[in-house]
Amino acid sequence: MTDIPTVAPQLYLQSRSRWRPIEIVFWLATLLPFWLFPDYLSLASQIAVASLFALSLDLILGYAGVVSLGHAAFFGLGAYTAGLFSIYVWGEVFTGLIAGAAVAALVGYASSFIISRFRHLTLIMITLGLGLLLHEAANSAGWLTGGSDGLQGIEVWKVAGLFSFDLYGVTAYSYTLGVLFVVFLAARRLINSPFGLALRGIRENFVRMPAIGADSNSHIRKVYTISAALAGVAGALIAQTTQTVSLEALSFERSADVLVMLVLGGAGRLYGGLIGAAVFMIARDQFSGIAPQYWYFWIGILLVVVVMLLPNGILGGLSKIFARWSRR
Amino acid sequence: MLPPVFGVLFDGIAYGMLLFVLSVGLSVTLGLMNFVNLAHCAFAMLGGYVTVILMRDLHWPFFATLPMAFCAAALLSIVVERILYRRLYRASDLDQVLLTIGLAFISVAIAAWFFGTQQQPITLPSYLHGSFNVMGLNIAAYRLFLIAIGIVVTVMLIVTVEHTRFGAQVRAAVDNQRMARGLGIDVDRTFAITFALGSGLAGLGGALAIEIVGLDPQFAFTYLVYVLIIVSVGGLGSIGGSFAAACLIGVSDIAGKYYAPQLGAFLIYLVMVAVLMWRPAGLFGRR
Amino acid sequence: MNAAANPNPTVGRQNALSTRGLSKSFGSLTVANDIALNLPVGARYALIGPNGAGKTTLINLMTGMLAPNSGQIFLGGDDVTALAPQQRVRRGLARTFQINTLFAGLNALEAVTLAVCERRGVTGRFWQNIAVNKDAIEEAYEILVKLKLGDCCYQPTRELPYGRQRLLEIALALATKPKVLLLDEPAAGVPQEESGDIFEVVAGLSDDLTLLFIEHDMHVVFRFATHIIVLVGGAVFTQGTPAEIAADPGVREVYLGARKHG
Repeated sequence: MTDIPTVAPQLYLQSRSRWRPIEIVFWLATLLPFWLFPDYLSLASQIAVASLFALSLDLILGYAGVVSLGHAAFFGLGAYTAGLFSIYVWGEVFTGLIAGAAVAALVGYASSFIISRFRHLTLIMITLGLGLLLHEAANSAGWLTGGSDGLQGIEVWKVAGLFSFDLYGVTAYSYTLGVLFVVFLAARRLINSPFGLALRGIRENFVRMPAIGADSNSHIRKVYTISAALAGVAGALIAQTTQTVSLEALSFERSADVLVMLVLGGAGRLYGGLIGAAVFMIARDQFSGIAPQYWYFWIGILLVVVVMLLPNGILGGLSKIFARWSRR
Repeated sequence: MLPPVFGVLFDGIAYGMLLFVLSVGLSVTLGLMNFVNLAHCAFAMLGGYVTVILMRDLHWPFFATLPMAFCAAALLSIVVERILYRRLYRASDLDQVLLTIGLAFISVAIAAWFFGTQQQPITLPSYLHGSFNVMGLNIAAYRLFLIAIGIVVTVMLIVTVEHTRFGAQVRAAVDNQRMARGLGIDVDRTFAITFALGSGLAGLGGALAIEIVGLDPQFAFTYLVYVLIIVSVGGLGSIGGSFAAACLIGVSDIAGKYYAPQLGAFLIYLVMVAVLMWRPAGLFGRR
Repeated sequence: MNAAANPNPTVGRQNALSTRGLSKSFGSLTVANDIALNLPVGARYALIGPNGAGKTTLINLMTGMLAPNSGQIFLGGDDVTALAPQQRVRRGLARTFQINTLFAGLNALEAVTLAVCERRGVTGRFWQNIAVNKDAIEEAYEILVKLKLGDCCYQPTRELPYGRQRLLEIALALATKPKVLLLDEPAAGVPQEESGDIFEVVAGLSDDLTLLFIEHDMHVVFRFATHIIVLVGGAVFTQGTPAEIAADPGVREVYLGARKHG
């Protein structure tokens, strides 16, 4: 064995959670749109929201191995809650975010007792079923949600009482990026925590976990609740920045889209959802001229290619190339 | 005079038979290989479009198009199985979900490219058209025909699975794949054939569905949900389970639309979640 | 929890693990038939028997990975039959697997640290960095060093040589600080010259630890076991000291004889 440890075990584990230069470069790069693409700031803020949503899915799918086809349920819950909150309570944005996260977390916690009992196909079906159930419920409850017309009349106050949402999206992007960064820091902390290690354990070997004394179901319930809350924050952001919520926020397409973004970027990597969301949203914007059904043709091709040729997404592919290159 | 509940029951069972033909193939292939094929309804959609082309452009009679719908879907499924699915039998369920959702997306786009996004109506032969009255009950000829087809398919499937050598191999492979391989059964080949037959039945179901639910490119997703609900409620690999689940969902859906239209599809999703919470492996599932 | 309240007087405190009338069948196939065993504290038991005798099934029943049709399992005098596998582990009943059941993508340090953290009840903490748990990490590292895995503990598990993966199986079980350790063929698939190393590690474990191991190699069994249980057809055929078992003509016939023929 050539790898005789040169660092103490504790320092070794600490070093794995240290910030790398490329990460700092990444976050500095997220500021570039303010100067380079001032006309695209509303797209940038949509990317930030999609990134946050994908990050929330990554926690359950990438780290705990729970495949969900109904994650839009929590996105939609957050969006409708924040929207209704601004209509019926007040327009302050941060309390709106918290309200959206709280309702999504509550529903996530309740459904986590169902989720944690199942694996494989039944789990996929249950998540799909619960998502569709909520979509139908929102559709039927037109008096509350506006039904297929969407929720209208959302008015939000200035962020921190200073910055109003402008036409160019400067405030929207600053606000969504700021929230994304804070949530990212929290998720990063979670991944490098003892809890994060337990989640990776569940993903790597579900059968072994009870044999080391772990209660996997309780871990899954916890991470599902956290993930639901974060998806709720993402939904609340879209409601506040676009000042409307449509049924589409709860749709199967949205659940599928976020899955595609995450897998495209690379599940189980903190930046996978972020990169995937950026690539997906920019591509969709570039091809916005074509009809949606043809857009999904390319998504389909992309999925087949990713599964067949790029099993760990863009980041997985890049790290493989990098590893080969640095070994040379 | 019979109360309207019998009419709802009749329509529901007819609809259930349609759903059964659409979904039974997926149930068996899932039980065989645990392969999550979300593109199943894309094969059904292909069957539907084959019938539309043959009837409208080539003026074939409706009945002659049905075997063609079956064969087209079966043939395509053999190709897809060979090229793509075969490599993913041992992959994670996430990979299978992603690949097959991708294929479903592609099928939607291709259908929209060739046929547009509008509905594709067909004109049924006159003897399947009208309806007749039995004790105050309005019996639509086509729905009666669906029930007949459903029963014929069920009987043929049960005879095939219970009384033929191929059926014995399928049962052995569903029951215990490793042991079946040990006994010298070519499980991969068995699966490929089952998969082709199941997709063929889906194609037939797609052709039969046009008159009831219409046909447009979204078919691949709209009815996927129904099919998955039936498969998971009935239990994987169980023909009887699929049959019972299809009837249950068919009747629930029609009853929901009749008695509580404001609920929309709420009722069937509720039925599914309730059944799965009560019996996670489905009504007839053993695992 | 005291001995007086114990419904079964024969299950005393001196036994680390006992079973009473443990039975399990799948349809018409009986895989465990009325098994009654007592493992005294600190014993080194070998569980032997021909293939299909139900040895792994017995471990699965004891650890709760299979539910028995009837019978009870006692851990240190307490009935644990109704407890989930992870609850039994927390009470001190650990196992290893015949086929490596490891965390392929974690390295050895992470995997054992995870097990230590689970035992210490800190894995719910999603707000603190793992490195804060210095004691847990050092405890994990000590276990790895003791099992001669210290020099490769930063390598992903899937890249470790097979023999070291077998040792990691044991390390993961030890991290739960077991009172009773069930080893399912700890040296399965390891070349003969390396299997000695694995059993040296096993023999070097603390005397307080009660051991039950499944093993096919009779040299190893007679060398390391203080007591041998022979399982045939899901039932206890006989048990006794190595000398008694070696002298038992019945054992020769059903077990040693059967092996000679194939």
